[in-house]
Amino acid sequence: MPIAAAIKSLFLKEFFGAFFLAFRYMLKPKPTINYPHEKNPQSPRYRGEHALRRYPNGEERCIACKLCEAICPAQAITIEAEPRGNDGTRRTTRYDIDMTKCIYCGFCQEACPVDAIVEGPNAEFATETREELFYDKQRLLDNGAIWEREIARNLAADAPYR
Amino acid sequence: MDLLLTLLLIVGKSLLLITLGLTAIAYYLLADRKIWAAVMLRKGPNVVGPWGIWQSFADMIKFMVKEPIIPDGANKGVFMIAPLVTAALALSAWAVVPVNDGWAIADINVGILYIFAISSLGVYGIIMGGWASNSKYPFLSALRSAAQMVSYEVSIGFVIITVLLCAGSLNLTEIVRAQDTDYGILGWYWLPLFPMFVIFFISALAETNRPPFDLVEAESELVAGFMVEYSSAPYLLFMLGEYVAIITMCALLVILFCGGWLPPVKMEPFTQVPGVIWFVLKLTWFFFLFAMVKAFVPRYRYDQLMRLGWKVFLPMSLVAVIVVAGVLEFAGVAAK
Repeated sequence: MPIAAAIKSLFLKEFFGAFFLAFRYMLKPKPTINYPHEKNPQSPRYRGEHALRRYPNGEERCIACKLCEAICPAQAITIEAEPRGNDGTRRTTRYDIDMTKCIYCGFCQEACPVDAIVEGPNAEFATETREELFYDKQRLLDNGAIWEREIARNLAADAPYR
Repeated sequence: MDLLLTLLLIVGKSLLLITLGLTAIAYYLLADRKIWAAVMLRKGPNVVGPWGIWQSFADMIKFMVKEPIIPDGANKGVFMIAPLVTAALALSAWAVVPVNDGWAIADINVGILYIFAISSLGVYGIIMGGWASNSKYPFLSALRSAAQMVSYEVSIGFVIITVLLCAGSLNLTEIVRAQDTDYGILGWYWLPLFPMFVIFFISALAETNRPPFDLVEAESELVAGFMVEYSSAPYLLFMLGEYVAIITMCALLVILFCGGWLPPVKMEPFTQVPGVIWFVLKLTWFFFLFAMVKAFVPRYRYDQLMRLGWKVFLPMSLVAVIVVAGVLEFAGVAAK
């Protein structure tokens, strides 16, 4: 073994180097965020839990064109539609999303001509049973009611780039 | 009557030491995790209480109330005794550790031999646990641990001999008193015996199965080593024994090389501080080093571990014993 290498290993040069490096790292500010209390900033394009939106006058946006159902690569969306009794407009009678199939690709949102189905900013919808993740129309409309403000803001923020 | 009083006194002292010691262990464990996390730019446990100060106690309660699982093929008696052996042996080493002048439960005249013997016995807990689990990984781990602890004990033994030659006593209190010179920190044995100090520190890491020598519980190879089949309270006892052994090794480093309870400078404000505070401060410093080493050193391969033990440390410490003995003899300061 060359003398220089022997001296280096005898005096634990690398050990002390690593020690001071580790010490510097120990004093650095930590990137960890205190998750439930602190959250990372979120992009307006974030694709979270789905929601069905309504117009400001309370009318559902969805016109049952079934484009989302057609484009869904995971085939997670099931739609049944017929003319509504009072005014004869085409409406969905059934709008189900199987959240366990969904891959959150956002194609449904892209396909929708009336911005009815959107993926909102919410990612915290874990459930205790599988059945709770089979969303029906009512659940999606309720989501829309809860998240409308954030969804509208995000869509407006993203609009210039579309 | 006199005998009863003596017995009661010993029991009381032991209880006090165990209570304080285990509370301290809880926080040393937390500090270990915190330091490890900080070097990795994580925050570490910080949810249970402010800065996670109750984390160890929460863990303890969790381990206590969980169901201990005993594998079907295990030798039940040995399986349950193994963690008890580890924890009891690790704790009993503290009987002779002087945390201040005269503050030892048993100030026996061969204290260093006692600690050495007890810490060597610690491997039995691991071998018993590994064998009684009747499982592949624990068994491999037990074999490894036996080989590892035996090889590093040899060099630790020789390092201790050099200190004994300088101090001229096997009594831990006397070893510390022998370092009580006018030079303060420069009079302690870490300076004249510096290579031995380093060898002892590294061997202590190997002896307590700390990284980089934690081959016994190398996650990537042996899952959790001899603790694979353990859960709840027996697992807790293994962990406890491990950490108590680490603190014991830190205490040995303090006593043998860093002047135990002595102040670093022989001057007015320093000599006023109680010795036990100096002892705990030094011990904490060495624990900090142990924790840092865990954070930044990669694990050794098994053959590297054996090479270091037998081909580097053993010859170095053997030569050191001869050199130290020769220097002491010819300088005429050899202990009578």
